Amino acid sequence: MHAATPSPYHYRVVRQFAIMTIVWGLVGMFVGVWIAAQMAWPVLNFDLPWTSFGRLRPLHTNAVIFAFGGSALIGSSYYVVQRTCETPLAFPRLAAFTFWGWTSVIVLAAITLPLGLTTSKEYAELEWPINILIAVVWISYAVVFFTTIARRKTSHIYVANWFYGAFILTIALLHVINNLAIPVSMWNSYSVFSGTVDAMVQWWYGHNAVGFFLTAGFLAMMYYFVPVQAQRPIYSYRLSIVHFWSLIAIYMWAGPHHLHYSSLPDWTQSLGMVFSIVLLAPSWGGMINGVMTLSGAWDKLRTDPIIRFMIVALAFYGMATFEGPMMSIKTVNALSHNTDWTVAHVHAGALGWVAMITMGVMYVLIPRVFNRRAMYSINWIFTHFWLSTVGTVLYIASMWISGLMQGLMWRAVNTDGTLAYSFIQEMEYRFPYYVVRLIGGVIFFAGMVLMAWNVWKTIRDTNNDEGADNRLDSDAEALPGGA
Amino acid sequence: MSNFWSGYIIVLVLLNLLGCAVLLFWNSRMSAEEAKRRTTGHVFDGIEELNEPLPRWWLWLFVGTLIFSAAYLALYPGMGKYAGMLGWTSQGQWEDEVAFVERQTAPLFAEYAKVPVEELYQYPEVREVGARLYMQNCAMCHGSDARGARGYPNLTDGAWQWGGSPEAIRHSIAKGREANMPALAAALGEEGTTDMAWYVASLSRKELAEREDVAERIARAAPRFAMCSACHGADGTGNPMFGGPDLTDGKWLYGSRIADIEQTLRQGRMGVMPAHENILSAERIHVLTAYIYGLRIDE
Repeated sequence: MHAATPSPYHYRVVRQFAIMTIVWGLVGMFVGVWIAAQMAWPVLNFDLPWTSFGRLRPLHTNAVIFAFGGSALIGSSYYVVQRTCETPLAFPRLAAFTFWGWTSVIVLAAITLPLGLTTSKEYAELEWPINILIAVVWISYAVVFFTTIARRKTSHIYVANWFYGAFILTIALLHVINNLAIPVSMWNSYSVFSGTVDAMVQWWYGHNAVGFFLTAGFLAMMYYFVPVQAQRPIYSYRLSIVHFWSLIAIYMWAGPHHLHYSSLPDWTQSLGMVFSIVLLAPSWGGMINGVMTLSGAWDKLRTDPIIRFMIVALAFYGMATFEGPMMSIKTVNALSHNTDWTVAHVHAGALGWVAMITMGVMYVLIPRVFNRRAMYSINWIFTHFWLSTVGTVLYIASMWISGLMQGLMWRAVNTDGTLAYSFIQEMEYRFPYYVVRLIGGVIFFAGMVLMAWNVWKTIRDTNNDEGADNRLDSDAEALPGGA
Repeated sequence: MSNFWSGYIIVLVLLNLLGCAVLLFWNSRMSAEEAKRRTTGHVFDGIEELNEPLPRWWLWLFVGTLIFSAAYLALYPGMGKYAGMLGWTSQGQWEDEVAFVERQTAPLFAEYAKVPVEELYQYPEVREVGARLYMQNCAMCHGSDARGARGYPNLTDGAWQWGGSPEAIRHSIAKGREANMPALAAALGEEGTTDMAWYVASLSRKELAEREDVAERIARAAPRFAMCSACHGADGTGNPMFGGPDLTDGKWLYGSRIADIEQTLRQGRMGVMPAHENILSAERIHVLTAYIYGLRIDE
């Protein structure tokens, strides 16, 4: 590598996305805590339409997935693609547009969703004008990313960029097809699909949003930041090839498992289940590659809270990707579907994997792009790690128990063939678990607040500041153990 | 599904699963030279890549899921039009489960069916079974205490829009009911609507006719009540044949305020009780009839 000659990398856009990752993390998780409290005490919707559960829930999901997760993904990809291709970002102005464009999308979402403007498609609630803006931003993002790859100075393309690339291409495809709609007014449109086809397109989108946004994208982050932080080589190139190609091929089929025992034809449901089960090994391939990258450096777990974030995130990733195939089995799904078990599963992935890997990555990325030696307080990162872990465990354990209980109560039958419990009885039993879930959420959110404070102090602490925006970085200095 | 699309699905599924198998096989072995080298020699931003062989347990896990999918797709529907060796369908599974419960419970309900409603409602265990059937089929509209809600009749107050005999109740449950109060805004006019609202209110609150401020309205509307009598009867006591509610009993389905009555007159009302004969067996409807019949008796 060309360690001696400084190379100009564009970090301004990375810094912007990194800051917004923290901001949207605070917002999205706060709304999550709020609606978790509403589940226990519905009076907390204040009897106002704008703050009712039905409007805040999509605000929460959009804020944590697309605002918090999306900013982390786009920002980190701009950092990783420059450094691993050893070339500055292509079209920096277009990259700047993607930041302002994406941030505008989020602000528009935060306004329109509480107003009740929605397409009613889960995770694709935004109305058509915003969808067009998303498409424009996303295509610009793809142009910047792939042009940078094309201009790379390395002979090969690093594995993190395969995953970022798959994520960018697939999300473009999913977003455009699922949101095909006929506008009837400025803030209303009707999907071009109807009935069962609409449901299938929606869950083809929905499950691949999980697969490519929340899995492939974050695996890309993992593939760069775990070896960098552990200062260890990636465990197996061969494994990354096999699990990359099998993961992206198999994920595409898994959507129908969201529609078991519905009007979707049986053959489609079966294929959804079969491919979900085959997905187990490709998913675990990424976990193995991440965890085994640490072999020979396990002692770092004692001293480096950032490595802990990453390893625990990979552990939750492995857990959630085992649970997913299991829940896709028709007989298991008959028990788990529509219960809190699904909520537990989603949050094992969202809190345990997506949020924790993002936090670990941001703790590495932010000092680097803001010219700081390290985060302001390593002890606070330790505290944050425990808050995140305990919060996640309380959250998913309470929802597991609640979900299993719910599924079992729904199917309990008396000798006369009637159901043993009415819906309201079953809901009453869930109350204590909702309170525990809320406590878990509050603890997790407290960790996010601590992180925001740590980031603030890190940026404000100018003792180590060495230069202006987009300064020339020497690779040798920027990457410990790199040269 | 046409043969073309069936074939299309089969080819895609096979390509994907076989593709995984080939990818695995191709990468499961390493030449001695490759194994000795250990790394790929790639370096990206200081990150090196080792080239460790695929973990064996992981490889076999992958192979195991591929074998499972092959077996599953042979046994169950999945490959396009091919129905699978077991002939399983989700519809069939549902029908089997329903038939199983029917078989289990048929003797119990057959016993109840022999007893007339007037006697059956007094059996304590029938009231329990009836209450459960009620909670699962009726409570969402009529409320868990059967006291109804705005627009949904109270089943405990003795006001029977369609008649309170066992046969009338059974008919309401099995066949459903459709009540239609026509919109009278055009016929009554604006003032006439208010007049009639006061008149209708006065049917159950005789003292209103004495009140100075509305006595005139009530007097004006009285002769026009003839247009209502076809359904509600000349004296306003209703007619269960048409589902015309009794207006004299002080029990109100859509609210007792003058504004509520005005709205009913102006825009009409449509009450729908869905039919349950395709959802519940005749024996279950019999038990439910007895339960609802008994609710009134208890009051």
